[in-house]
Amino acid sequence: MKSQQAANRPDNTAFTQQRLPAWQPMLSAHFVIPGFLLIGMAFIGIGVALYITSQNIQVLEKDYTGTGQYTACSECADMQTIPCICNVTFSLTTLFTGPVFLYYGLSNYYQNYRKYQVSRDDVQLWGDVTKSPADACAPYQYIDNKPIAPCGSIANSMFNDTFSLYQIINGTMKLVPLDGKGIAWWTDYNIKFRNPSAQGSLQDAFNGTMKPVNWSKPAYELNPSDMNDNGFLNQDFLVWMRTAALPDFQKLYRRITSGDYALGLPPGDYVLQIEYNYAVKDFGRKKVVFSNVTWMGGKNEFLGVAYIVVGSLCLVMSVVMLVVYAKYKFADENA
Amino acid sequence: MPLRRGGTLVLHCTAPHQGSGRGLRTGDGVDIGTMIRRGLDRLLGRGEGRADSRTVYVGHGAWSPAQPFTPPRYCDNRIVSSKYTLWNFLPKNLFEQFRRIANFYFLIIFLVQVIVDTPTSPVTSGLPLFFVITVTAIKQGFEDWLRHKADNEVNKYPVTVLDGGRSTRKESEKIRVGDVVEVLEDETFPCDLVLLQSSRDDGTCYVTTASLDGESNHKTHYTVPDIETDLLLLNATLECEQPQPDLYKFVGRMYIRREGQEPAVRSLGPENLLLKGATLKNTSKISGVAVYTGMETKMALNYQGKSQKRSVVEKSINCFLVVYLCILLSKALVCTTLKYVWQRQPGQDEPWYNQKTQKEKDTDLYLKMFTDFLSFMVLFNFIIPVSMYVTVEMQKFLGSSFITWDRDFYDPQIQEGALVNTSDLNEELGQVEHVFTDKTGTLTQNNMEFIECCIDGFQYKYGNCASELDGFCVEDGPVNKLQRKAGREREELFLRALCLCHTVQVKEPGPGLGPVDQVDAARAVEERGFIASSPDEVALVKGAMRFGFSFLGLDCMKMKIQNRNKEIEEYDLLHVLNFDPVRRRMSVIVKSEAGETLLFCKGADVSIFPRVREEEVMRIRTHVERNATEGYRTLCVAYKKLSTEAFAQADASLREARLALQDREEKLLNIYDQLETGMNLIGATAVEDRLQEEATVTMEALQNAGMKVWVLTGDKMETAKSTCYACRLFQRRTELLELTVRTLEAGGQKCEGRLHELLLDYHRRAVQDAPPAKGGVSRSWSSAVQDYGFIIDGATLSLLLKPPSSRYTSLFLEICQNCAAVLCCRMAPLQKAQIVRLVKNTKGSPITLSVGDGANDVSMILEAHVGIGIKGNEGRQAVRNSDYAVPKLKHLRKLLLGHGHLYYVRIAQLVQYFFYKNLCFILPQFLYQFFCGYSQQPLYDAAYLMMYNICFTSMPILAYSLFEQHICIEILMDNAILYREVARNASLRWGPFLHWTALGIYQGLLFFFGVHCLFRNPALQDNGQVYGNWSFGTIVFTVMVFTVTLKLALDTRHWTWINHLVIWGSLAFYVFFSFFWGGIIWPFLKQQRLYFVFANLLSSVSAWLVIILLILLSLLPEVLLVVLRKPRASHIQQLKMRSSARKHRDFLSNTGVI
Repeated sequence: MKSQQAANRPDNTAFTQQRLPAWQPMLSAHFVIPGFLLIGMAFIGIGVALYITSQNIQVLEKDYTGTGQYTACSECADMQTIPCICNVTFSLTTLFTGPVFLYYGLSNYYQNYRKYQVSRDDVQLWGDVTKSPADACAPYQYIDNKPIAPCGSIANSMFNDTFSLYQIINGTMKLVPLDGKGIAWWTDYNIKFRNPSAQGSLQDAFNGTMKPVNWSKPAYELNPSDMNDNGFLNQDFLVWMRTAALPDFQKLYRRITSGDYALGLPPGDYVLQIEYNYAVKDFGRKKVVFSNVTWMGGKNEFLGVAYIVVGSLCLVMSVVMLVVYAKYKFADENA
Repeated sequence: MPLRRGGTLVLHCTAPHQGSGRGLRTGDGVDIGTMIRRGLDRLLGRGEGRADSRTVYVGHGAWSPAQPFTPPRYCDNRIVSSKYTLWNFLPKNLFEQFRRIANFYFLIIFLVQVIVDTPTSPVTSGLPLFFVITVTAIKQGFEDWLRHKADNEVNKYPVTVLDGGRSTRKESEKIRVGDVVEVLEDETFPCDLVLLQSSRDDGTCYVTTASLDGESNHKTHYTVPDIETDLLLLNATLECEQPQPDLYKFVGRMYIRREGQEPAVRSLGPENLLLKGATLKNTSKISGVAVYTGMETKMALNYQGKSQKRSVVEKSINCFLVVYLCILLSKALVCTTLKYVWQRQPGQDEPWYNQKTQKEKDTDLYLKMFTDFLSFMVLFNFIIPVSMYVTVEMQKFLGSSFITWDRDFYDPQIQEGALVNTSDLNEELGQVEHVFTDKTGTLTQNNMEFIECCIDGFQYKYGNCASELDGFCVEDGPVNKLQRKAGREREELFLRALCLCHTVQVKEPGPGLGPVDQVDAARAVEERGFIASSPDEVALVKGAMRFGFSFLGLDCMKMKIQNRNKEIEEYDLLHVLNFDPVRRRMSVIVKSEAGETLLFCKGADVSIFPRVREEEVMRIRTHVERNATEGYRTLCVAYKKLSTEAFAQADASLREARLALQDREEKLLNIYDQLETGMNLIGATAVEDRLQEEATVTMEALQNAGMKVWVLTGDKMETAKSTCYACRLFQRRTELLELTVRTLEAGGQKCEGRLHELLLDYHRRAVQDAPPAKGGVSRSWSSAVQDYGFIIDGATLSLLLKPPSSRYTSLFLEICQNCAAVLCCRMAPLQKAQIVRLVKNTKGSPITLSVGDGANDVSMILEAHVGIGIKGNEGRQAVRNSDYAVPKLKHLRKLLLGHGHLYYVRIAQLVQYFFYKNLCFILPQFLYQFFCGYSQQPLYDAAYLMMYNICFTSMPILAYSLFEQHICIEILMDNAILYREVARNASLRWGPFLHWTALGIYQGLLFFFGVHCLFRNPALQDNGQVYGNWSFGTIVFTVMVFTVTLKLALDTRHWTWINHLVIWGSLAFYVFFSFFWGGIIWPFLKQQRLYFVFANLLSSVSAWLVIILLILLSLLPEVLLVVLRKPRASHIQQLKMRSSARKHRDFLSNTGVI
């Protein structure tokens, strides 16, 4: 009898009886008002720091599309002579503190277009050029039934303007050494991308593949000066393959970290020599950007301003709440 | 017993008398033509409904050796309440599931993904869909399996069937029409039987139909007269009408064939028919022939098909779904349009870097537009949350366990707790507006108890003051203090009257009991108990026994009673003037040992008072009226001495009338009327139909919670009315509006006219003259100035619902809306359902709840939105067909006010939250289309798209929807008024929905544009490297997962360890998963999009800062709202403080002491 009763009777556990001990927080003014005050002050502090940091970042932008209001490189804009070399000159009145980063920027360029974005083959880029490229690479999949390596629209449209920077010292042009290392993500360079392996040179590894249509040189000759910067591991290529989020974007081109310019670009006149290969005038613009970076990255005033605004908002809210509560709530509690 | 065909059937079955006059239309015997026609009907699929009668061959004996005997095929004795069989489960279930708008939608999306080139793979929607369908199918399959099991329990119940002289045990489902079935005492009849033989000598048997119509008294049924005692020799056919649902109607005749004789014809009536579901009482064994089996039994015909009940919440979900579908379509449409507008600008359609393939170029423009539209649909389809259905199903399934597990629902008597049959309706328990309750066994225990009596105006109550002799004590009386008690003589006369004036039988001793000596007779009688057609007669006899006068039994027309002095008195029972509902009294004429002829009469006050002396009435009336309003059933007792001449005259006329062939009833009534005049009123009794535990409190709580309580009962009006008074549904100040046969006949006009008149009058009083506060105050009518109670009976209701008078129905409903409580008495089971349906379909379609315990309540349980079965002692039909079953009525309070309220709040939050989180999930993706050339580029990685609803954000809301107690159960139960806060789907109306939608839009905009502003310069690291589109999406996604989870955390008022675990756990899981997903080169993926994206992200201070900023900013308005809304919530806080002490005590007693 007793055992049957025990069998039928629901268990008396806190869980089954919905009596689990529970923390029942009430967001009351006592917590919220001081909380808002604290958050507000902290945010304003962070915001001010961010804003000042951002203000201290030096940025120098040069549009070199060659059309419209910016006349730089207008001689190359029609893309008649190939290669076309043009110069953009600028002068610095103060030290451009280093390390200086050189970016190129494209606008109204849809690297995030879906069909474009999927037009790559990560298996191939991981070093397997023997397999037939993914269908997503079409129409840059095959040339004459030979697979394209690297295949796809992204690779095919790789940015191929080149820049070299000279400082004009007493009429002579002194080359500013540009460092092409460390511009791509470490993981991209070391893990995600691999060159095809073969006995012999890298060229042998690419045997049986075709270079992308738009490329003037095959992948294994992208950087003739550094043998380790070729093939799928070319850093410019890696940077390009990391597709941008928005249609107006900039990508890291070089860093100025060595030699006399490790501390920055001293005041003076500079010439940026551009090999103008990349056609954008039909849809957008291109520019080159010198910038230094801080702990928060490149120049972006948004964060600082946003923090200050939200921080002030919190302060205002805490004051409003205080007033509201002083008027209604505390009166209620006394009653 | 000259009048053994006693009142019960007459009393309860007035209907058959109207119908029994009609004979069977087919000729005597069944000719071959009829058989052929019937066969043809069956072949052509025309049911047997067309034939007027069926012929049953008792024991399958041939009617005549000369005639070919083809046993007609009737349905077998199986009761089927299950929906699927093993074979049709898959197709039927799939069909039913895809009829659901949401499932169908997902199927379409899935097919589109398979056919068209879309941004996401078919797996992303196919897998969840498959999951949903499977889980639901398993759940429904399991529930149907339970029904199969329950059916089997009934269908496989062993019964004894007499087959060719041998009695064989058979399973109940194998009984065929014509089988002779044996039933033992306390067994239920397995099908509808015509009684052939009883173990009682007088050819009767006692039956209780409690589970059929709620009347738990014993009814007498009779064998077919002149039947052989040996059923083997019986060669008979039986012709009876086709199955029909009226419990009180049965017409048939039996042809008994004997060797060399003309067949004897006996007519059969409802008194010969034993219904399936009724129970044999006080008769050790009967045999009967099965006439209706299985789904054709009267009980089964009173069932209605179990329809799929859908809750209001589900309807709201479907509404919101349509809204979101519109949003989805418009989003896709906007994007498609803009895409083609945008592409018309020079250089945009096909820039050199993004050349199209030949196939794309060749595609027709309009086809491209269409596939683009579909692609956008697929991209945004996550806005309609597939996982919501899974979560809702799981929440309901798991959540309902809390009802089963609740120890408060455990009843030690029956050793059972609550039972949940459908988990789909949990939240509906929090939305009930109308409660329809059965009376017998639900509101009352159907256990009469003698409470007090009044003799000559002095009130006597048993057991209140122990000092009084015999426990008989005086409570209050006339002001005259000297005479505090009525004279002893009067007392004894009264008690003798109670002992004599009834039709109670003493229950026969079991075979084991030996003869009892005289002294112990009374005690023995008490132990054996009494049987009567009406339980209050037993209560009166037992009451008299407590005061020293015991009824020992009826033997050879001598009634033996034992008086206070333990002496046996014997009375000759001369006549019983039976009870009938018109006279509303009954009398006996007895002759005492002293030779006096006495008439004792008891009856309702209104029927007695005019027949006694005025001054006697004065003394007693106040008592009677007070007792009535206290909910007791009162009867007045009167007596009259008959002189020898008067008796001789009465005796002669009574005998004459009984033998009359025409107008017998009328003549008898006339004589009764003449006899029962000029009596002396002795006193009145008050009998209590004991209410269920806490019935009053429960009803009060339900009314305070804004529910309207309707009592639907098959019982008499007086009884029901007193119950309503007892449980405070009617109160002393309640003005009763009565619409019954009695009031209709009172006017002496035609019924319809009178009905019309009364309805208009009541409508004027209750509706038009009521304070003009409709609508808003209508829910708080309990505090209204004047309460009205409405009473209607079955006959009037059917008059009211007759098709041409549909105008009356609206009048009737309007009156009822303004009444505190409505009492419907004398209801047939189907009429109960009719009432429920009527209310259910009124404007605003209020949520109805039916509660009952017997098979007679099944139809209304099935009809109402929520059906509650009480696990009473009247069989299991109600429990089986209910949605929820609880052991006692008092549990309704916790079930509705506690569980129902919480479930509603939980599921409402669940639904709103799901729509909200998917809106802010998809909105950034939509906005991103403006920045990616409308190319259907997904913002988030496929893994995130798929996991968002399944893993990252589903568990916290599931935990919330299972454990949340925004107000703890004790407070909810103590403050019924809180129930009104969620009434009428308060949390799922358009207001809250817009609030949530606005929140979703605000946060979605914030997520996207916040990160967009940050990405104006994608160099976010201190090494100058830039981030790509997947980093963009991942930041948005991270902010979103955190915001959405923390938003729920803000709403959680009841943090158990599970909530902590799940909320913080799923955030941790998200972080862990992101690291993991991005930490490995996945060989099965075509693109390693997210490789190290997340880890890289966290190395950027700016990313951290923007995540924190956006989370805070998106939650800011919510925090503000919560805080500013506080003053209202503080009231709940106070309530909480008040009952926290009690809760603590409860907790202690639950853990420590017990």
